[in-house]
Amino acid sequence: MDSTLIALVSMGFLGAVFAAGLAVASKKFAVDVNPQVAEVEEALPGINCGACGYGGCSSFAEAVVSGEAAPNGCPVGGSDVARELCRILGIELDGKGQRVIAQVLCKGGQEEAVEQSTYQGPRDCRIAHMIGGHKGCGYGCLGLGTCVDTCPFEAMAMSDNGLPVIYEDKCTGCGNCVRACPRDIIVLAGDEYGVHIRCRSLAKGKPTRDACSVGCIACRRCVKECPVSAITVEDNLARIDYDLCINCRKCAAVCPMNTIDIQDEKPVLKKKRSEV
Amino acid sequence: MEIALIFLSAVFVNNFVLVRFLGICPFMGVSRQIETSLGMGLATTFVMVVASTVSWLIQNFILAPYNLPYLQNVAFILVIASMVQLVEMFINKASPSLYKAMGIFLPLITTNCAILGMALLLVMRSYSFGHSIIFGLGAGVGFTLALVLLAGIREELEFADIPDALKGAGIAFIIAGLLSMAFGGFAGLV
Repeated sequence: MDSTLIALVSMGFLGAVFAAGLAVASKKFAVDVNPQVAEVEEALPGINCGACGYGGCSSFAEAVVSGEAAPNGCPVGGSDVARELCRILGIELDGKGQRVIAQVLCKGGQEEAVEQSTYQGPRDCRIAHMIGGHKGCGYGCLGLGTCVDTCPFEAMAMSDNGLPVIYEDKCTGCGNCVRACPRDIIVLAGDEYGVHIRCRSLAKGKPTRDACSVGCIACRRCVKECPVSAITVEDNLARIDYDLCINCRKCAAVCPMNTIDIQDEKPVLKKKRSEV
Repeated sequence: MEIALIFLSAVFVNNFVLVRFLGICPFMGVSRQIETSLGMGLATTFVMVVASTVSWLIQNFILAPYNLPYLQNVAFILVIASMVQLVEMFINKASPSLYKAMGIFLPLITTNCAILGMALLLVMRSYSFGHSIIFGLGAGVGFTLALVLLAGIREELEFADIPDALKGAGIAFIIAGLLSMAFGGFAGLV
């Protein structure tokens, strides 16, 4: 009992001495930090996950204040934090000031797309792509799940129909799947945008229709319908400019192939961010 | 004479990094540039000298008289951690660029086993107060020497034609091994 008491007292005494010394030293060696850095750090999630590419929230805060990193660089905080950071720094959010997430631009799963052969090789899209793929469409998703394998956040899964599904709440926009896909089917888009032309086929209308029941046949009806001229047709494929799109869904209503997909949970944007 | 022996022994013959293999983490981590490795070495040396002094005092005035040897690790780590905090504050004030360059390895001096090893060794060998300080200084200088030697070689390696498979950490480990063997040549000197 006695020795326990001595141990406690002696260690407590040492700890108190060192604590007092450090308290004095911290006053003496105090470094003036930019108050904005502290404010930015306060607004960040503060879990030091490192997903932004910096060592932690405090080094990211410094980088944001110095202008080295963009205010939307925090994938965990998303657009709310990005807006807050812009308010602190007094800068304008441009169209890119939001969280980006991956979008799969192909709807041709096993039901929709014609298979021209049976593929029995390694379960890797990159290998399947090298030998031309097993689908009638030379641009569509191969469905072997290479993107899902590379996702570090478990934000993707293969559907029963053989297409990758993205869980948008988990997606951080890291872009690993974009780089993994040999057919460039996955793109990154702002999380506000809910209208996507899910086709990458550059083939003409007839071969596209033969190979897939939901492919873009470049009929241009969406181009005519779009009130903000966000859609253009190039190389037999309609493409949407997310910077212009306002989620009005008019294009999806007229698409005869049902290629254009709407995510109902994303509201119509009244104005473009850049105009706010 | 004995002072010189203790010092030289700690620096060369029983170099903490290259012969005892203590503190390998900063040895590989902060040996990219001579300047940062020198800063790291000096910071570690300072912590070692202070830690050896305070550890000796704690050992001989608290732990030994009250028969508390089992508190050695706790007490010594307490000393080291406090000293590292002090050094961290000082470097942040004096040289923010050095503070940035050392990054996470600066607070990690706390867990540098070379320092705890030094504190435990000087107790084990029952050095006198003066000898403890010299031993701490020698250990720190030896650590700095090892870091700066490796950093100097790694700076030159930037320009060397290294096989792809060995680029980066691979060649650094080989160089570290060669350095260690070279220091093996000091064995038996003291």
